[in-house]
Formats: sequence, C-alpha cells, structure tokens
Amino acid sequence: MSENIQNPTPIEAPEEFVVTLQTPFQRFCLDFFESRVASAAFVVLVGILFIAICAPLISPQNPYDLSQVSILDAKMAPGSQSFDGWTFYLGTDGAGRDLMSAMFYGLRISLGVGVMSGMIAMCIGAAIGLAAAYFGGRIDAIIMRIVDIQLSFPAILVALILLAVLGKGVDKIIIALVIVQWAYYARTIRASALVERNKEYVEAATCLALSHNRIVFKHLFPNCLPPLIVVVTIQTAHAISLEATLSFLGVGLPISEPSLGLLIANGFDYMLSGYFWISFFPGIALLITIVSINLVGDQLRDVLNPRLDR
Amino acid sequence: MSVKDTSPTLEVRNLQTHFFTKAGDAKAVDGVSFSVGKGEIMGLVGESGSGKSVTGFSIIGLVDPPGNVVGGEVLYNGKNLVGLPDEQMRQLRGNRIAMIFQDPMMTLNPVLRVDTQMVETILAHDPSVSKQDALARSRDALGRVGIPAPDERLRSYPHQFSGGMRQRVAIAIALLNKPDLIIADEPTTALDVTIQGQILYEAQKLCRETGTSMIWITHDLAVVAGLADSICVMYGGRVVEQGLINDVLDHPVHPYTRGLLGSVPGANSRGTRLYQIPGMAPSLLNLPQGCAFQARCPRADEACLVEPQITEPIAGRGVRCCHPHLNAEEEIGA
Amino acid sequence: MSEKTNDTMLTVDNLSKNFVKKLDLAGKIAQKLGSNIREEVVHAVDGVSLAIPKGSVVGLVGESGCGKSTLGRMIAGILRPTGGDITYKGVSITKMSGDEAARAALQIQMIFQDPFASLNPRMRVIDIIGEAPLTHGFTTAAEKDSYVCDVMKRVGLDPEYRRRYPHQFSGGQRQRIGIARALAVNPEFLVCDEAIAALDVSIQAQVINLFMDLREDLDLTYLFISHDLSVVKHISDRIVIMYLGRIVEISPTDELYADPNHPYTQALLNEVPQLEHRGRDYKPVEGEIPSPLDPPSGCHFHPRCPHATDRCATERPELREIAPTRWSACHLNDEA
Repeated sequence: MSENIQNPTPIEAPEEFVVTLQTPFQRFCLDFFESRVASAAFVVLVGILFIAICAPLISPQNPYDLSQVSILDAKMAPGSQSFDGWTFYLGTDGAGRDLMSAMFYGLRISLGVGVMSGMIAMCIGAAIGLAAAYFGGRIDAIIMRIVDIQLSFPAILVALILLAVLGKGVDKIIIALVIVQWAYYARTIRASALVERNKEYVEAATCLALSHNRIVFKHLFPNCLPPLIVVVTIQTAHAISLEATLSFLGVGLPISEPSLGLLIANGFDYMLSGYFWISFFPGIALLITIVSINLVGDQLRDVLNPRLDR
Repeated sequence: MSVKDTSPTLEVRNLQTHFFTKAGDAKAVDGVSFSVGKGEIMGLVGESGSGKSVTGFSIIGLVDPPGNVVGGEVLYNGKNLVGLPDEQMRQLRGNRIAMIFQDPMMTLNPVLRVDTQMVETILAHDPSVSKQDALARSRDALGRVGIPAPDERLRSYPHQFSGGMRQRVAIAIALLNKPDLIIADEPTTALDVTIQGQILYEAQKLCRETGTSMIWITHDLAVVAGLADSICVMYGGRVVEQGLINDVLDHPVHPYTRGLLGSVPGANSRGTRLYQIPGMAPSLLNLPQGCAFQARCPRADEACLVEPQITEPIAGRGVRCCHPHLNAEEEIGA
Repeated sequence: MSEKTNDTMLTVDNLSKNFVKKLDLAGKIAQKLGSNIREEVVHAVDGVSLAIPKGSVVGLVGESGCGKSTLGRMIAGILRPTGGDITYKGVSITKMSGDEAARAALQIQMIFQDPFASLNPRMRVIDIIGEAPLTHGFTTAAEKDSYVCDVMKRVGLDPEYRRRYPHQFSGGQRQRIGIARALAVNPEFLVCDEAIAALDVSIQAQVINLFMDLREDLDLTYLFISHDLSVVKHISDRIVIMYLGRIVEISPTDELYADPNHPYTQALLNEVPQLEHRGRDYKPVEGEIPSPLDPPSGCHFHPRCPHATDRCATERPELREIAPTRWSACHLNDEA
C-alpha cells in the first residue's frame, strides 16, 4: 500500500476501518443484558406485562362477574377447593372472589394506569422541557418556576386534592397522576437538552440553516432520550405505587375496577384475624412489580450513562 | 549534551504491559527498552495508541486493572520496580520518582488548599519535618516554578488558578521531595503557546540546576526538539527509533520517524503538500504479524512479517526496522 | 479599515460580541442593598474589522480568550453579533432576516474542532451529510444517495460505509465526515475552527492536504482559526493575530515571519517550538494571559509587553496600516 506524494486524496482502506459493527441499539442490548440481576428483573417484568395484558384469558375466574362468584367461597385459605371443583391457588377474599384472578385483573389496572399516565406525562413534560431548553431566557425561567412549584408539593397531597375535586374513575386518576408527574420529565429533559444544545452538532445544524423544529425533534430529542428512558421506568414504578396508595386510601378507582391497592385495602380488615393472604398476595405482587421496574431502571441508567466506565 | 556519566537513573528493559479487556488483549507496551541518565531529558514521542502514556504509568506503577505489567524490568538505581510490593512503591512515588499529568486536576484535589496538599506531600514521605519547615519548602517550590506572591497563592484553592498556573503548581508538588526522576505526561498539550513556553523554561532550568532526569511524553516533535537531549519514538506499543535528539531529527532512519517528520508543517516549505503517512495506526487489540508499521510503510515487503528486533546500525542509535534508511540522501517517502 | 476591492469575499466591520451574565433576582436585591455585585460582561470580540479576499486563506491565530472562535461563529451565523456588521459579497448579512439570512448562511460553512461532538451520534452518516442538501433542495430524495456518495469520495471516504454511525469511524474520518457535511451544501466560504487540533500529527497532515486540494478544486475561501502557528503558516496567505478580543496585527504570512511588528506577535513567534530549534534557551514572555472578564486598560497587552509606555496603559491603540497590506495596533508604530 505505498503512497506517493503526487497521489490525490486516497480513499480510506476498508479493513482498518470499522471499529464496531453494531448499531447503537445492538450495543445497548448487549450492555444491558450483561447484568444478571437486571436480566432476571427484565424477565419478571415481561412476565408481569404478559399477565396484565392477558388477564381475561388466563384467569380461572372473572372476579367481577357476579355470576361466577359465590359468597360461600369467602375467606377460603390458599389451596382450598371451590364448591365448583377447582382450586383457589391463592385463596379468596372477603366476597368470595378468587384472589389470583383478582390479582391478575388488579395488575392490569395498576400497570395500565401507571404506564398510561407515565406516557402522557412524558409527552407533555418532554415538550415543555425541550421548549424551555431550546428557547432559554424568559420562557425557560417561567417554565422552570412552575416546575419548581409543582415539585415542591407532596405528590400524595396534590393527588388527593385533585381526586377530591374530580371524583372517581380510571380517567380521573390518570389525569391526577399526569398532573403530579409531568414536572419530573420536564426537568430531566431540560437538563439533558441544555447539555446537548451546546454541543457542536447542534451548532452545525444551525450553521446548515435547518429549521428550529428539525433541530429540536431530530437532533436534540433523540439524544436526550437516554436519561428520559430511565426516568420513565422509575416514574412508572412511582406512579403505580402512588395509585396503589390512593386506592388504599379509598380515593381514585371505583370498586368495580380495583387495582392492587384496593385489593390490599380490602384485605386490611382481615389481616389480624388470620386471613392474611387477602392483603398479602396482592402486596407481594405490587412489591415484585415495583422492584423489577426499579432494577430494570437502574441498569438502564448505568448502561445509558456515557460517563460510566464499563 | 549526553549526560550518561554514571550509571543511568532509570533503565527500562523489555517492558511489557498488556490490557486484558473483554474485546481481547491489548498489548499497549510490547518490549520497550531505554535508559535515562542523570540530568538527562528524554523525549518519549508517539501518536495516540502508541503506548507512550502507558509506558509512563507502568514505570511509576500506576497501571490499574484490566491492565498489568506482564514482563520486563524497570531498574531505578539498580532496583527493579516491576513487582515491587505496594508499600515500597508508594515510598518511591512522589518522593524519588514523581509524575506530572496532562490535566493538573489529576494532581490537585479541588477541595483542599494548595498549602495543605503540598505539606501533605512532604509529610507523607518524611514525617519528621515540622509543619513550618514544610510550609517554607512549599513556598520555595512555588517560587522556583515562577509563581508570583507565593504566600498568598499557598492559601488558595486550585480553582482560583488559571490552567497554566495549575500546571506549575503540579510541577512544584512534583519537585517538593527533590526526586531523581520526573515523568511528565503531555503536560503542556492543553496550554497556550506562551504559557507552554514558560513551563518548558521552568522544566529546562530545573533539570540543569538539580540534575533531575526527566521523561517528557508528548506527540509534539517540535517541543521535544527544543527541550530534550535524547528521543525515543514509539509506534504500536514498541520503540521504533531512539538516539540523541539531533541525530534522530536530522537523520531519521526508521520510515515512521521519517514520515512523521515529513508530516509536520514546519519542516516543509510553505504551501506544498505535506507528506502524509497513508492509513491509520493499528488497533492495539489487533496488531499485525511482524512489524507494526508494515501496512503503512513504503518499504514493506515479506521480510517485515517477521518482527524486527532493535538493532544498532549507527553508534548510539537504536532502530526496529527491516529496511532502515541508512542512506541519508534518500527522499522522505521513497 | 482593510482594502475593500471587488475581490473581497467577506468583510467584518467593527464587530463586537458581548456575553453578559445578568444578575438574577437575588443579585439585583443585593446590588440595591449596596453590595459590589455587578453584571459580568465579557467582551469576547471587541471592535474587530477585517477583509477576506476571494480565494485566499486567512489564518486567525491567538491564545485562549482572544475571541477567535467567537469571531468564527459570528461569521458562520451561529452567534448573533452584539454590534458591528458582517458583509458577504457586498451584502450585509447582519441586516438580513429570515430566509435571506439562511440562504447567505448556507454559503458560509463551518468545520468544528471536536470530531466526536460535532456529529450527531444517532444519525447515520448518509443522513448527517444528506440532511441539509435535501432540506434546501440541492438534491431530491431519490438522488440523495448518489449525491452523498459523490461528496464522500471528494473528501476521501469510502461511500460503502455511508450507512454506519459516527462512533464506528476514527477521529480523522469523522473530521472528514464533518467536512463532507459542510461541502454538501456547496459553500464558497469555510470557517475552520481548530479543525485539526484534536487529531494526531499524521492524520493532521492528511486533513491539511485535503483542505489544500479542496481549495484548488472548488475555489474555496478559508478562514482558518488555530492556535498552532506552524500549521497556520503552512496553509495561509495572510495571518491575523488576535489578543483578548482585539486584532493586534494583520500581515501576509511571509512578511509576518520575516518582520513581526507587534510585540505580542514577536513574543508568540519566539515561543512557538520549531523542529529546527534544538536545545533552546527559553526566554518566555512574562505574566499570565489576563482574564477576559477583567481585561487591562488601554492596550490589552501592556502588562506583559517589554516595551510598554504610559500611553499604552491608558489609550487603546488603533489598527493602523504600517505598510501596504500590513496593519498593526501598537503605539510604538506612531513613534517610528
């Protein structure tokens, strides 16, 4: 491969060329699944999602169909037989509903509310945060003051007040959770966007006279995704637990659509009478859900953080 | 000015440092040998990936896992530093062998005042010194590196200094215990030209006055030309050429050295095309069989598939090449 | 200020850029209560005037805080000037707005210093290079592929790798991608902001040669910003020296090296390490580079100047023509 001085600019030789062959996504997957804990948590999470989505198909009983439920089955211990002949693996609650089925449906509601509110809050929060970062100045100052005020109120307090005003219902609780959460997303994405905005590739885009819209959505936003993804997972867990708390307190979801929180609340009265399973199993389910989301979120944060030496 | 009157302060023999990563074993330093005499300034020159910084870290024992010094000897006044127990190495480091980094904030703790850090350095190696004496020595050291108003500066924090000042403080700290050897890893690369001039002046004055040896690691040939007595050129983790500064720069023998000198704008006349070494440096994970430079060498052939050893075709000059340019009249790139 | 002939591509007239760190509410209250807090103003560029002829390479040299990068960014349209005017091909672009300014901005492109941060890590190379030409109508969606291949070949990159991501290339190759991105919109003027500083010596030579080839092939005009005087000397026709926001000397390259006029230029040329100077006795210039937040009065260089007079501490020297095509801002020239 000799080169003489009169040669015009040579084309780069392919064999010395490629550092890694993977797309960023493949690289990310490899890094993520390096941690056994996170991989296990991910599997658990996928399982939970599967249960939640397929709840009507896999539950032995529809606990809210009154024709399937009999009061005679109330407070039966885990493993006992129903009078129909099939087993209540996790027992029944005070009204005779199969606890396992109630949990599957409950997971569905809990996850649904948590994920839904998370997604909506993310869209709203991201748009606001990006605007604050990109335009800066007074717009930024105003938005950030609103965010600060919002974040200084305890989430439960705000949610309780909102639900007292709005009443009960799945949509009302989603609204309340969105209002409580959007500020976290806004703040996170603003911090990220501020860093990215000063990078040279954004300056290059300005130099190339690309429109503001294009710069914000095609250049800034994709590079702000990593911390946002982490916040989404952690916040979803937070939303789920918040919703459980609210249901436990009796606000938010109506009895016809019980989430895990409500199930726990229902069983609370029986805790000391020895029918512990009525609160216990939904509690465990909630715990596992939140822990696995948090573990996945932790690994995501480590993997997506470019500063960490791996 | 070749000062090898007595036995050399530092002698490195066949040093090997490998990094055992998931992607493979990177032979960052693969058989490096040189020696530095008393009061001598040696320039260790190479581009990124040549292994020059890792050589510096290996000498002073700062190579962290996944890297490890796997072979060779580093003889400091006759004692081998490779494999020395941590405790003994710590007594030498900062005391008899000091290091200056490219980023002075690697030396300076941002939450401690300068006097605290300097006194700590002195007391760590000689607990019998009184605090007043330690402070006096620190003040002297700051004065010696040209920092004005040293009393006031002693009470400052690192963030209150400019970049050039911080580097000077780092050099002062390196000087505190009057080391025999200073390893300087690209200390002026991040500094402005006029500040670089000041640092080079201090370094040169120091070595002349106190007889301290210095290894100046850099990619900037021009700096080495002005400062160093001898030069060692590295490529692909190996030394490819070494010798006295004037000899190597005026009559380079290895094709890489010749190529490097040809690429530097100062040497050529204005406006002409620079000689460009084709291709890129090889990845240390994937060094070619034989000579590391063969893919980019205008003189490469099958003989280069066998790794060349260091030979001494001219007195005082070490070269690792199958086809060295011994004919001084050859054009660069021939 | 400098000669304005029909040949002049770009003129900069008394251009200034201030960065102001305004006081927030707490600061304003403190100020009203009598505290010493002030707004911090950095005069990054302080009344700079310059003319760049068509087809030439003008090197802009200075150390940290001299404002060369800020000046480059104002010319490229990334920063808006606080004062003064930039004229491109006879038309003032600071007074333009909207579409016109954008179109003018396209003809002036910038090559950045950091090959890692200057490319969007989540875009493929074909999109990085092809996005702007597609948006501005230089090519259609159907032809984007071949258009990008052409540009890549021109800068010495193998078009086969256009679907890869920036992290899969080396530093020198990424810099070429940045150059390709700039060339894709057919600019006539390139601002190179320390474009080779982050590269290895042997790669620097490749990129310098590329710049020289492109200049000939495409008849480009360059503003080459660098702190590396040897590179600037090699590639420039004319050199502009800046210190703390002001121009101190403008001169054709050979004459600058043969006979530097301004004391700062002299100190700078003296300090630059050169391969030919062996075993030097360094005699560095004294003092630190002042902070741009608090520059010295009068001539910014006077605290470090070996020839400073009283006048230098009080009066700012004007950039005066000391010979045809040579300008210098030093009071000592008045006495000559």
